[in-house]
Amino acid sequence: MANSFTRMMTGRNPAVLLAVGAGSLASGYLLTENAAAAERRRLYPPSADFPDLRKHNNCMAAALTPTIYARLRDRTTPNNWTLDQCIQTGVDNPGHPFIKTVGMVAGDEESYEVFAELFDPVIKDRHNGYDPRTMKHPTDLDSSKVTSGMFDEHYVLSSRVRTGRSIRGLSLPPACSRSERREVERVVVTALSGLKGDLSGRYYSLGDMTDREQQQLIDEHFLFDKPVSPLLTAAGMARDWPDARGIWHNNERNFLIWINEEDHTRIISMEKGGNMKRVFERFCRGLKQVEHLIQERGWEFMWNERMGYILTCPSNLGTGLRAGVHIRLPFLSKDPRFKKILDNLRLQKRGTGGVDTAATGDTFDISNLDRLGKSEVELVQLVIDGVNYLIECEKRLERGQDIKIPSPIAQFRK
Amino acid sequence: MPFGNTHNKLKMNYSSEQEYPDLSKHNNHMAKVLTPEMYGNLRDKETPSGFTLDDVIQTGVDNPGHPFIMTVGCVAGDEETYDVFKELMDPVIEDRHGGYKPSDKHKTDLNSDNLQGGDDLDPNYVLSSRVRTGRSIRGFCLPPHCSRGERRAIENLSIESLDSLDGDLKGKYYALKNMTDEEQQQLIDDHFLFDKPVSPLLLASGMARDWPDGRGIWHNDNKTFLVWVNEEDHLRVISMQKGGNMREVFTRFCTGLTKIEALFKERSHEFMWNEHLGYVLTCPSNLGTGLRAGVHVKLPNLSKHEKFGEILKKLRLQKRGTGGVDTAAVGGVFDISNADRLGFSEVELVQMVVDGVNLLVDMEKRLEGGDSIDDLMPEQK
Repeated sequence: MANSFTRMMTGRNPAVLLAVGAGSLASGYLLTENAAAAERRRLYPPSADFPDLRKHNNCMAAALTPTIYARLRDRTTPNNWTLDQCIQTGVDNPGHPFIKTVGMVAGDEESYEVFAELFDPVIKDRHNGYDPRTMKHPTDLDSSKVTSGMFDEHYVLSSRVRTGRSIRGLSLPPACSRSERREVERVVVTALSGLKGDLSGRYYSLGDMTDREQQQLIDEHFLFDKPVSPLLTAAGMARDWPDARGIWHNNERNFLIWINEEDHTRIISMEKGGNMKRVFERFCRGLKQVEHLIQERGWEFMWNERMGYILTCPSNLGTGLRAGVHIRLPFLSKDPRFKKILDNLRLQKRGTGGVDTAATGDTFDISNLDRLGKSEVELVQLVIDGVNYLIECEKRLERGQDIKIPSPIAQFRK
Repeated sequence: MPFGNTHNKLKMNYSSEQEYPDLSKHNNHMAKVLTPEMYGNLRDKETPSGFTLDDVIQTGVDNPGHPFIMTVGCVAGDEETYDVFKELMDPVIEDRHGGYKPSDKHKTDLNSDNLQGGDDLDPNYVLSSRVRTGRSIRGFCLPPHCSRGERRAIENLSIESLDSLDGDLKGKYYALKNMTDEEQQQLIDDHFLFDKPVSPLLLASGMARDWPDGRGIWHNDNKTFLVWVNEEDHLRVISMQKGGNMREVFTRFCTGLTKIEALFKERSHEFMWNEHLGYVLTCPSNLGTGLRAGVHVKLPNLSKHEKFGEILKKLRLQKRGTGGVDTAAVGGVFDISNADRLGFSEVELVQMVVDGVNLLVDMEKRLEGGDSIDDLMPEQK
């Protein structure tokens, strides 16, 4: 039922959808358009359009050669999304001095296949050598497998797990039309209205919320606003704002879904304190129920066994999962070995405002670095073990004892 | 290659009602004009280069309105946009340009001999004089839609043509991506440098893509004639100098434009122009002459007069701060320029500015002396 429904909605060749899973796609060539567009292509060979990336420092700029560009420039996905549209954000944003940004986005699920020649090396670069042509990504949302998930709350102030999900058959935020975006909203909000018990909640459309509702959501740190980052606006994700954008949260206020921000959906489970196990349990349960509810109506999430869950930015492929805590580490954060310890534990630190913010006082946001090549359970366990180790280090330093840098954790299984 | 949503054919699987934008909180010309029925009629059309209705209106959908200025809310991606989407563009043009009808003809007059006077605006009050316009090169897509290859071709053509200028127009090109720090500082000090647009009105239309590739500034050695390449339009042409000799500024403007046009023609390119819309530019507000002739003028007393706004309206002039549009006046100095672009010729518009500014200065002098200005009140032009 899902297949025939999505076929009807998208008009896409079902063979293309199957080929996505099989890992090969014969051609993305679509001979559309009229004489004028064809003439322009003749007048402007790919070399005329190749972007000037000499001052750029992002994954796309490192991988894109004139040869690859020439092969891919005139291809389109079934939705007529092009390479230039994928890379526009990376052309317009040469780079962050400290963070190597990705520099490209997908407009739809097929982008990752039609433009595989560029996406594959970018994925490898970003995900530590993961090769989507040869490797398989494990998906595991069985939260019962996680152990020791209760942190010392003298140090851990809050725990949070987030991911994203895309609705198969609908274009992604850089490319979607208004009706597709509204369809995403309708599909997801309808499904969420079926959640019960501790997961039952309500939806707040960004365009329709009252001032009071808005202030409440801001105070709870739930509200998202129109992106200002040029990385996002250059990719076209903010078009038609705030049409079909909104926030859903459960009545208990610990399970939250963003609709049509940077992805179709972002799913967040969070609570104060250190009970990461409970946060992850609710996360998995909520995700599975939402998936079931959309499947009842003939929809499914974008997923395949090589890239896991498909999201707009290649950096979020696989699990799309970021599990983290806000944690106080007054001693450890001043220790010169802090960074190395984090690196070896495959953790990253951010300020408490999220990415690109500074830490306030001694409180840090600590989360997993990886997204692809390890399952959700593996990544959350890694965060749990890592944070417990950091707390041990903190306690030892408090007592005047020495700490050890742990051995580096292995990369994904082959 | 297409930008943004251009070829989203999947849209057509959805009904017009499902795609129609929510314009309930909007206040711009496009939002006033675009009915669901019109949207339905135009949504499956595209220009030969692939520009669609949604591309035209995206900036107006993303930017509901400016508190003080009624923005246009739509742009052209190529010359044919004004034809393929005339059902939308015509009423927007009529609304924006004082009732200009689809059947009206626009007069072009770049013969500065036809201007009367204008060489003696009182320099005690008029600090500087400036005339600007834009030009588009026929056969290329406009800034919201052009590819990198097209933009670079426009830049190369412009450099070639401008390099051939001689006499007092002889000058040099500074590519935005190649300039040295010294060159950049000099251009900033001269108030010549333009930077990547930050206005969401411009960004939402896609004009800033690939910045600073293909963008640059050309100016003559005398620093009185300046061309911006690939900013908001293919070319923006500016003639300016200190003082009140608007006639000289306009003469140089006309001479320079005419020469540039000839140089492009030598290379088998012409400017986008037709007898209904005059010169075709990216924003409908700049159609016709695309001309803004203005002065920086000291009017500390007149600007406080209760009838200042009314006087400007009658003279068909508008005021801005000395930083340009959306800025405030500093020290009683205003930027005063023509309000119209389409339906009047270049000479007619500059004449209005010359005559109008002379009157404003007379009024200022009267008010300085404590005298009334009632007998100087103008008729509606």
